[in-house]
Amino acid sequence: MPESPEHVVKSYDQELKRLRNMMTQMGGIVESQVALAAEAIMHRDPAAATRAVEEDPKVDALEREVEKFVIRLLALRQPVASDLRQIVASLKITGDLERIGDYAANVAKRSIVLAEFAMPYSLAGLAHMAHLVQAQLKLIIDALGDNDTDKAIEVWRSDQVVDDIYNAIFRELITYMMEDPRNITPCTHLLFIAKNLERIGDHATNVAENLYYAVTGESLPDARPKGEASVFAVVRPRE
Amino acid sequence: MSETVSQARDQQGNFGGIQARATANLNQPRIAIRDLDFFYGGNQALKQINLDFPDRQVTGMIGPSGCGKSTLLRVLNRMYDLYPGQRATGQVLMDEDNIIAPDVDLNALRARIGMVFQRPTPFPMTVYENIAFGVKLHEKLPKAEMDDRVEWSLTRGALWAEVKDRLHTSAMGLSGGQQQRLCIARTIAVRPEVILLDEPTSALDPISTLKIEELIDELKNDFTIAIVTHNMQQAARCADQVAFFYLGEMVEVAPAAQMFTAPRERRTQEYITGRFG
Repeated sequence: MPESPEHVVKSYDQELKRLRNMMTQMGGIVESQVALAAEAIMHRDPAAATRAVEEDPKVDALEREVEKFVIRLLALRQPVASDLRQIVASLKITGDLERIGDYAANVAKRSIVLAEFAMPYSLAGLAHMAHLVQAQLKLIIDALGDNDTDKAIEVWRSDQVVDDIYNAIFRELITYMMEDPRNITPCTHLLFIAKNLERIGDHATNVAENLYYAVTGESLPDARPKGEASVFAVVRPRE
Repeated sequence: MSETVSQARDQQGNFGGIQARATANLNQPRIAIRDLDFFYGGNQALKQINLDFPDRQVTGMIGPSGCGKSTLLRVLNRMYDLYPGQRATGQVLMDEDNIIAPDVDLNALRARIGMVFQRPTPFPMTVYENIAFGVKLHEKLPKAEMDDRVEWSLTRGALWAEVKDRLHTSAMGLSGGQQQRLCIARTIAVRPEVILLDEPTSALDPISTLKIEELIDELKNDFTIAIVTHNMQQAARCADQVAFFYLGEMVEVAPAAQMFTAPRERRTQEYITGRFG
């Protein structure tokens, strides 16, 4: 979208810029949290895990700051049209980013527990999933920086792949647990980790939807390509 | 663009059909303007205006000074006829009659389409006479009926409670907000179909302004209302549909909620967000 001309009231422009900066700053921290959490699982790196967890209060503080600032803007500027959409979207988007940060911290914490277990199976699926989710997150945070709706649509439709991998991992982990009850603890942690990554992908999609609306004034269709089928999965032990 | 996204778009490339939403919840037109041009001598002040005023709903008209919105109100009750050299072409249809045709009875027209101005303009008479004056021009009523009409008008004008004990004192003693409500009551008294409001609250304090807005909300049950306002929030609060004018053109018309959340035109967007260069 081409840049709009400036407001007659310059301080309003500066406030909108500040709002966007807070949002992208938050996006940057969250992106690094997810990267650290992925690193912590794949390389059994407790230092990375700790750093991911330590970033969380910063994200929470930024979210509160955005919330206060948005309330102030709504009260003092009575924004309309594109300004209104941007401001409301910022509030929702930072809510999603904050959740992403929480999930990343949770993944990081679980990685510390996981490090105590021997895992005789491949984490390739999980690594692939983490890689995709990180790519999505990077793309949507770039899109936030320059109001890029094409990137938003790309993120919005790419979540399907993440859901598919999650379903595959779900089935795989259940197989390990059925083979040997000693696998149950690490596999449960892995399952939660996979689930958290899948949720991060969902929130990235929410961000894409809100960004699209903020920029264009139109909503993406309700029916998103969606295939998280594990909710319907039932596994029974062999007779 | 993914297939899902392109499938969801309609032929204009819109999700969910903005065009369909644009006309939702609007009544049948009471007045329909078609291809209207207006000239002040050699200056064209309105260019090819096409706009419907939905029956018993409020149409807000916004735009920067000199955009033609007040001119349009002046066309609707033929006020321009008072000035030589001003002329309108095209059609302004009300019940299939073109009200800008030369043979229209202007007194009858102005009884059907009343107007309230920016500054309160009470006559230097009593409150009662202010209302009765206009009625007498159009109808001969016995005293009892005239009393009823005055009470009815003042009640509809949300002024009755404040003036019922001082009907026979001068209207000039009322506050600005009361005077403006008196002017609205005076307009209602001849029982028009359409009420034109030209920046009716620009000279009033915030509470008086809110009272007028509340009154507009009440009046639209019975009258079709067109309001010109410089106050964007007022248009957002009062109007069912909003039209944006710029340099004599109507740039965009849409239901108020759409106009102030997602206008289609870039010029509308820049004006209402305060970015006009």
